[in-house]
Amino acid sequence: MLCPECGKRPATIHYKKVVNGQKTEYHLCELCAQEKGEQMPGFDHGFSFHHLLSGLLNFEPITQMGNPQDDASHSPQVLRCPSCGLTYNQFSKIGRFGCSDCYSTFQQWLDPLMRKVHGNTKHNGKVPERARGKIRMRHDLEKLKEQLHRKIHEEAFEEAAQIRDQIRALQRQLETE
Amino acid sequence: MSLENFIQRATSEWMKVKGPQSDIVFSSRVRIARNLTELPFPMMAGTSQGEKVVKTIEKAWKKIKKHQPILQSAELIRMENLTDLEKRVLVEKHLISPSLAEDSRHGAAIISHDESLSIMINEEDHLRIQVLYPGLQLEKAWELASSIDNLLEKELSFAFDDQVGYMTNCPTNVGTGIRASVMVHLPALAMTQQLNRLIPAIMQVGLAVRGIYGEGSEALGQLYQVSNQVTLGQSEEEIIENLIGVVLQMIEHEQSARTRLTSISIIQLEDRVYRSLGILAYSRIMDSKEAMKRLSDVRLGIDLGMIQDVGSNVMNELMVMIQPGFLQQYAGERLNPEERDIQRADLIRERLRMEKQTD
Ligand SMILES: [Zn+2]
Ligand SMILES: [Zn+2]
Repeated sequence: MLCPECGKRPATIHYKKVVNGQKTEYHLCELCAQEKGEQMPGFDHGFSFHHLLSGLLNFEPITQMGNPQDDASHSPQVLRCPSCGLTYNQFSKIGRFGCSDCYSTFQQWLDPLMRKVHGNTKHNGKVPERARGKIRMRHDLEKLKEQLHRKIHEEAFEEAAQIRDQIRALQRQLETE
Repeated sequence: MSLENFIQRATSEWMKVKGPQSDIVFSSRVRIARNLTELPFPMMAGTSQGEKVVKTIEKAWKKIKKHQPILQSAELIRMENLTDLEKRVLVEKHLISPSLAEDSRHGAAIISHDESLSIMINEEDHLRIQVLYPGLQLEKAWELASSIDNLLEKELSFAFDDQVGYMTNCPTNVGTGIRASVMVHLPALAMTQQLNRLIPAIMQVGLAVRGIYGEGSEALGQLYQVSNQVTLGQSEEEIIENLIGVVLQMIEHEQSARTRLTSISIIQLEDRVYRSLGILAYSRIMDSKEAMKRLSDVRLGIDLGMIQDVGSNVMNELMVMIQPGFLQQYAGERLNPEERDIQRADLIRERLRMEKQTD
């Protein structure tokens, strides 16, 4: 069955709750259950930690501070990840990302969040081979641009033209990767 | 099923080998989180997307497995094809997490024949590569996990960013995505009441400590898991070195506490150890709390050379096998808690009797 709350994801969490003597059955997807803040037995770390974490997210983003007249389209309440659909509200409540694009969608909260959780904001470990290739290409590109300037300065136009072609090829490669 | 056969199946190959520092460090584990680009994390995935993740990873594994014997021997298991009991046993062997067993959609795991490698699919993240080794062998575990990661990366595109590193579902895993942990047995520190001072000190250097079995602050069997908390800003090697440094200090403290105990109150200690051995060898009903406590005592007695006719791995074996999933698998039927306590006592008695016979 589909989760009646969002109508999108399958309901995977089922439980009964007694409110004012009335027993009600709930069927929710994991996300909606987390949003409701239900304490589910058997969860690896429970939700308490994520409640704690999400508390960290309920602050004004840096770019908005001292800028209260910002129009509604910039208000975080309507912000939504274009790839997975996670809203700012969900993100701030559950303190989790829905996909890799969420990182750019919620970019403005990233640094303060990472500093609170890790005391750091910059990765300093393993880099995958693919990304290594990209980083090297970017590095080469910078070097070639410097060379281009030098050759133009020296009025060595033929060589400059060759370097320009190399730069274009590299740029194209970087874009398609 | 005979007990011998059951043990054969119940204990992972990697558990049968003695690792370095294995009198105090039972096992080392390294787990790294990875996600695919283009697909939402499991939390946001629809049914077809969840299935696509499994298919994509399965395809990659089949392509690369010839390069790595441990992958060649592995098997892909889908959670939906397992009974609750089978899943529970995998959790008790630490091969999958409780949340993969209970809450995942399209959850699966690629588990190597010796069970030292397990790749969880569609847990919190698309991939969780886990390596388990006996004793203190974190560097070796990281090496294997990283090499599996390199192989997979040839076929898969992982979500990575220059600034935040590997992108994960939970911010606590961002960056390296690594969680390194060791399981340590600290009975002497517990007996001499030094843990209340030691644990806060360990937490201060950015590590987490928790009891492995049992709830809350109570650690059953004096087994603790120590792991890194920070995953962003330090390299994997730094994280592991830092953890090893702290674990070596814990080993030193535990060893000197053991020495002190044997010099001050050897008769009291011997009494405690043999009393526990007697109870394990003859009881008819035993709950898991008592069993863990007694097994911990006996294991200490073995490590101190007091008990010589019981192998030290018997205790590690039993600590795994007396859990509810295993007991029920051994019995071949569902058991209620009272029946489990009887089955547990039976299993321990039989296992100890087997030890005497092989002498
Ligand atoms: Zn829902
Ligand atoms: Zn997203």
